[in-house]
Amino acid sequence: MKKRLPSTSGSGLEKPLKPDLKKRRLFLQSGLAAGASLIGVSTEASTVPGKLVPGWSRHLGAGVASSGYGIPSRFEADVQRRTLDWLHARREASISFTPLQSQQGIITPTGLMFERHHGGIADIDPERHYLLIHGLVKQPLKLTLTELMRFPSVSHIHFLECAANGVLNYPAAQYNSLQFTHGMLSCCEWTGVPLRLILNEVGIRKKAKWILAEGADAAALTRSIPIDKALDDALIVYAQNGEMLRPEQGYPMRLLLPGWEGVTNIKWLRRLELGDQPWDTREETATYTDLLPTGKARQFTFVMETKSVITSPCPENPLPGKGRVAINGLAWSGYGRIKRVDVSVDGGRNWQTARLHGPVQNKSLTRFSMEWDWNGQTALLQSRAIDETGYVQPTLSELRKIRGSRSLYHNNAIQTWRLNSNGEIENVQLA
Amino acid sequence: MYSWHRLVIFITFFISAAPAMTADQRYGYGTVPTEIEIRAWDIDVRADGAGLPDGKGSSVQGEALYLQLCSACHGEFGEGIGRFPALIGGEDSLDKERPKKTVGSYWPYATTLWDYINRSMPFGNAQSLEPDQVYAIVAYILNMNDLISADTVLDRKSLPAIRMPNRDGFLSPDPRPDVHSKACMKNCRDNIEITSHTRNKP
Ligand code: HEC
Repeated sequence: MKKRLPSTSGSGLEKPLKPDLKKRRLFLQSGLAAGASLIGVSTEASTVPGKLVPGWSRHLGAGVASSGYGIPSRFEADVQRRTLDWLHARREASISFTPLQSQQGIITPTGLMFERHHGGIADIDPERHYLLIHGLVKQPLKLTLTELMRFPSVSHIHFLECAANGVLNYPAAQYNSLQFTHGMLSCCEWTGVPLRLILNEVGIRKKAKWILAEGADAAALTRSIPIDKALDDALIVYAQNGEMLRPEQGYPMRLLLPGWEGVTNIKWLRRLELGDQPWDTREETATYTDLLPTGKARQFTFVMETKSVITSPCPENPLPGKGRVAINGLAWSGYGRIKRVDVSVDGGRNWQTARLHGPVQNKSLTRFSMEWDWNGQTALLQSRAIDETGYVQPTLSELRKIRGSRSLYHNNAIQTWRLNSNGEIENVQLA
Repeated sequence: MYSWHRLVIFITFFISAAPAMTADQRYGYGTVPTEIEIRAWDIDVRADGAGLPDGKGSSVQGEALYLQLCSACHGEFGEGIGRFPALIGGEDSLDKERPKKTVGSYWPYATTLWDYINRSMPFGNAQSLEPDQVYAIVAYILNMNDLISADTVLDRKSLPAIRMPNRDGFLSPDPRPDVHSKACMKNCRDNIEITSHTRNKP
């Protein structure tokens, strides 16, 4: 986190005030160059000789509405979603990872939310889109976005996690990066209509037990959802963090199933069909099924189980030096609220309870912190979450003992970071 | 006031008598779709074959279509080009160290193959195939997997009757929570051994 130290310390007066060149280059590459030249005016200007007055303190900055939709400081330009091109054949059917190492709080900025698509980002004109609800209902229904928005709405904060989050860390440690070990995870405020209200509108026939949710994207992605979840806390959302959904998050409407694996939260939602059995679609047979050592696979493993990770320090956020350090992290559970998080600095031999940052919300990211006096020696850092049902986040070997090493999905194991004496972090796994 | 009450009762009676639904919390937003609108979007095919349309095709008819529309990504023999998924292989691999999940080795239902191709393939030109073409291509893929003969004709009756090798390979409902850890606080473990570590940057 060296980069966050203000550059006015030390010689401070030299011009230019050490704008991070590498970052600036990244920034320009990211296609936001127009904004840079606007904001650039104040910092590139000269300072007053002999006075501790940086350019931005002397000259006027850009005026209001110089960008109608604001973007982060150009010095934060390396905070980006990232992907790995070897993972999938095409980016239209691939995944990008949230930079959790830069997330300061429980809300993931909308533009940093991880993406998983199977047919690219649908570019939907809401005027030409509607949601169709049919099947085992008393009265089929068509709802446009405008009509959906007339219903009473709620706003809830919930995490969303891909079933495959942690897959790069399951068979063995593969990358030294929090973004790539845990970044198929985000948490946002979601606004929409309880699905139960919509189902009441169409009238559920007695035999209906499952709902097929289908997207309007080029994958027409489908998952079968048990009706109990639909009547419990499922939402049809149209807004995220106070604005309409982003195209990559399912604009103009998506399903939100709090605590359930990401793929079931169908984006670009166009159809809900009620039926008496599941459909066994490709995404609930060929993929998103958890293969056990016996060769049998678990199907319909919906819940994202209780999990936590230390986000600072982490591979991207080394410790600046010994002494009093803050260990910060995130915990979450598809079973409900986080009750407690413990932290170990000796590889799980001894544990101390960390402080939770409230309010602790249902199926939401929850921050935890612990202060620690680091003596500068190698340490093995871990966090362990416990939820309100009493479920305790397991170790990787406990998980593998039951599920083997090929189940790939639903890895909620305790993460171990080895802190080296130089403050750097290494991704390690313990027996 | 009395007459007001009568009016309210009268209106209430009218409103609740009109729609077929009893639930009084209905909002009445949205419109009723036509049969044609429902049929146009109701493309799903269930494991038991519900939803399969009329039409038919065999592997012989599917070969040319597959080579023209699919083989560029999935390979002439279904082996998969680069990272595009393979559609064949992996028999008896599911309990091995390197399981290979394909249509032949892993998919429990042939009907799912029909549904998936019909809704999303060819990649980049989804929902462009006619039912006869989908039956024929499905037949070709199943034939490449040695599951049906080249002249087997697939239709809404014969396709659901195919028994896939991994038909009984799936377990539900979900048995989780299946891993029961304990929140020990002091002296929880003795020897700590690092089994895997990485400094690789992505
Ligand atoms: C441009 C490349 C491309 C073409 C052409 C293409 N596919 Fe695909 N196919 C893909 C990709 C990419 C996926 C994986 C998509 C995903 O995971 O969401 C896929 C997945 C599949 C799968 C699922 C494989 C599995 O085991 O999960 C089947 C079956 C399939 N394609 C059949 C077909 C058929 C049949 C055609 C021709 C009509 C076709 N594809 C044409 C790229 C292609």
